[in-house]
Amino acid sequence: MYKYFPHTPEDIAGMLAKVGAESLEDLYAELPREVLYKGDYDLPSAMSEVEVRRFFGRLGRKNRQLVCFAGAGIYDHYAPSAIPQLIERSEFLTSYTPYQAEISQGTLHYIFEYQSMMAELTGMDISNASMYDGATATAEAMLLAFNNSRKADTVLYSSSLDPKTVDVMRTYAHFHGVRLEEFNSMTTSAEDLKVRVDKGDIAGVIVQQPDYYGIIEDFTGYADACHSKKALFVVNSIAADLALLKTPGEWGADLAVGDVQSLGVPMSFGGPTAGYMCSTEKLMRKLPGRIVGKTHDGNGQRVFVLTLQAREQHIRRQKATSNICSNESLMALYVTIYMSLMGKEGLKEAATISYDGAHYLCDKFIATGKARLVYDKPFFNEFLVDIDGRDEFYDRAVEKGFVPGVKVGRSGLLIAVTEQRTKDEADELAALL
Amino acid sequence: MNNKLYGKLIFELSHPGRRAYSLPKDEFGSHELPSAMRRAEDAALPECDEMTVVRHYTNLSENNFGVDNGFYPLGSCTMKYNPPINEEMAALSAFNNIHPLQPLSTVQGALQVEYDLQRALSALTGMADFTLNPCAGAHGELTGLMIIRSYHETRGDSRRNKVIIPDSAHGTNPASAAVCGCEVLEVKSTADGLVDFDDLKQIIADHPDDIAAMMMTNPNTLGLFERDIPAITKLVHDAGGLMYYDGANLNPMLGVARPADMGFDVMHLNLHKTFSTPHGGGGPGSGPVGVREGLEPFLPKPHVVKNGDKFDIEQPERTDSYTVENNHVGPFLGNFLVIVRALSYILSLGKENIKMVGPLSVLNANYIKESLKDDYELPIHGLCKHEFVFNGLKDKSTGVTTMDVAKRLLDYGYHAPTIYFPLLFHEAMMIEPTENESKETLDGFIEVMHNIAKEARENPEIVKGAPHTTPISRVDDVEAAKHPVLTFRQLAAE
Repeated sequence: MYKYFPHTPEDIAGMLAKVGAESLEDLYAELPREVLYKGDYDLPSAMSEVEVRRFFGRLGRKNRQLVCFAGAGIYDHYAPSAIPQLIERSEFLTSYTPYQAEISQGTLHYIFEYQSMMAELTGMDISNASMYDGATATAEAMLLAFNNSRKADTVLYSSSLDPKTVDVMRTYAHFHGVRLEEFNSMTTSAEDLKVRVDKGDIAGVIVQQPDYYGIIEDFTGYADACHSKKALFVVNSIAADLALLKTPGEWGADLAVGDVQSLGVPMSFGGPTAGYMCSTEKLMRKLPGRIVGKTHDGNGQRVFVLTLQAREQHIRRQKATSNICSNESLMALYVTIYMSLMGKEGLKEAATISYDGAHYLCDKFIATGKARLVYDKPFFNEFLVDIDGRDEFYDRAVEKGFVPGVKVGRSGLLIAVTEQRTKDEADELAALL
Repeated sequence: MNNKLYGKLIFELSHPGRRAYSLPKDEFGSHELPSAMRRAEDAALPECDEMTVVRHYTNLSENNFGVDNGFYPLGSCTMKYNPPINEEMAALSAFNNIHPLQPLSTVQGALQVEYDLQRALSALTGMADFTLNPCAGAHGELTGLMIIRSYHETRGDSRRNKVIIPDSAHGTNPASAAVCGCEVLEVKSTADGLVDFDDLKQIIADHPDDIAAMMMTNPNTLGLFERDIPAITKLVHDAGGLMYYDGANLNPMLGVARPADMGFDVMHLNLHKTFSTPHGGGGPGSGPVGVREGLEPFLPKPHVVKNGDKFDIEQPERTDSYTVENNHVGPFLGNFLVIVRALSYILSLGKENIKMVGPLSVLNANYIKESLKDDYELPIHGLCKHEFVFNGLKDKSTGVTTMDVAKRLLDYGYHAPTIYFPLLFHEAMMIEPTENESKETLDGFIEVMHNIAKEARENPEIVKGAPHTTPISRVDDVEAAKHPVLTFRQLAAE
């Protein structure tokens, strides 16, 4: 028999006898004949482990691991070696959603830690147990804002949001009946925003910090403008940057959302990562997704448990706050261990090096005379430059072993620097201009 | 698993000044972040040394139970073995250290992983093409319903917004329909646990022009194959609706029947159920969506295609607003490392062994059912597929509930079954063994279940008070919801 199937022919015979069937085919006796599949699956024959390794090894060699100056939502940050080792512990890896609290305290404890850390990082009251990714978390925030309002049907979003996030929001909005309207948070004052919100049809306002172009935006007065008509103010942030930046909580956000990938999760071609959603206490019962809370067991021990489940699909079905029935638990563990290891100081230090590196590289680029900053605004660890002969430069850099950034428009290049980049790498890239 | 509660939080191990990290020196020179843009106070994150962190999470893991620890007879959520080779392949640096926006010529291997899995899933289900972008089963449901609505809208038939869902369905089905802007019409089950065909006919007669789709699991959540499926699909198709297959229960069909051949048009499946990728305590999962021929244009973007011997991404130019060609359910190509694991599993089994998955899982389920029906109430007799439902203990006089039996199982080293679902039976206990479980494991479980039934008769208090040997006893759910404490800051302020 195959290595994952323990059944010997004798086992099968004995078990069939107990069941009262003659053969394995008999177990499907009630199936209409026309649905039975008699063909041969168009798949390769079984591969031994040696062959599986060879197969993926070959595919791996068709990928190039480049020195990464690309960002646009996924960053090449450092991940401490303790993380993968702990993540692979099978008690974490192979466990189910922690419904059975008595044998899931490991998962429930770390989710509580995750919620605590994300609330600290975003400056918000509470956090859910994580979501799929930053884009869908933002779309869920949009739905929350829409469903939170009785009358307003429009959600405003800034044109400086990551376009990939906007794509997902538009798709969700189209089917859910949300009206989306774009505005430019870089040029819209709080007064202008208030004039728009005052029309009364705005359920929520979504901005990004740092925005898609790496710019640190100023949202002074935005929260008040939103709250004057009970619109929710939603701030999407790159998680790691909040170690230094003014937090969504400080901006007066009702909801803080984004992706946690920047907290030490490998780039891994874009997934898996996780999204976060943090909120004010007031919105607690409207949050989508899992939430873990503290309680006690029969012996008075402090324990943790999935809570506020009356919001969720397995209880409320079509009236649930969302259809989400899982989190990205293991990725939440990933970032929890990351934040435990990096701690209060490490997170700041990594963000500072990234910030300094981006400014160093930007200066180098500008100094060549062949690149210009598109926006003359403060930026964090990512910046957008217009480059003469961008495509030739890009190809030259790839050939030399770099991903020099992410192309934007005809001549723009969005460049990110993390603490994993060195001065030599930055110098070498700039020299290729 | 350690049966003593470890119980600490990392915050409680923190001491100011300790470090668990080492970073390179900042060689870029100091650049000032404008002070108005700085947070006023540092995030109150823990400060620990490295070994303290490693021990903390190791200790936490020992209060957890996974498939590697023991048997998970968990209905509705196939908990099969998670082979280590999959983990090894997903850990390859060539798959971890690549950016999703690198030039396509530098990620041909990753694109081939995606493409090969798309093709393999098509082979196994009969669907024409797949998207791997959805991150979970519920995400797949939503994606699938979006595809269905796009199909109707493109034909100018946009008033179709009703989705028929059996009363035995997973809660995600109606919830996904609601998020997708659809209204749910619930179809009843018969006493035999199957879709009530007459009720379905009536529902369709009452809504002749606005049925978008019908969502079904097959086998359904009672583990029963919906044998009327050819007639059901004909009825729905004749009314202009499409058939959606919730692939949560695909496992028993592997090697036996394909959703496309049953007449389904759109489906999702769960790589973390059917294709052995780990549940990870609740994710990351993956919920690929397949469509029959003709519906491929509605698959979300980006989408991997093959041109000659090169792999490419289908991604139309961005537009100013939503268009049906520019629909997205995620930023990139899904949970890539989960996709690597699933492909590793399918290649390992190959076309010969994957055929045995369904039959062996069904054999295991029927074996348990037949062995326990004397002690547990079996509301629906006859062959089940990969799972079945007991309606609690046969002897109701003991006062021992399904919850009690489930908790008592923990004492014996088993995970609990799924309980109080489906909602059709008051004391539902849904049991699903997978093809990976041996006869000895099943016999051990059967013996324990008999023991518990015996205890319920002779010493019911021991069952009602269970569990006794786990790290903690039953928890106060009401307290948790009544006085929510969701962060360490809130906890410390108490």
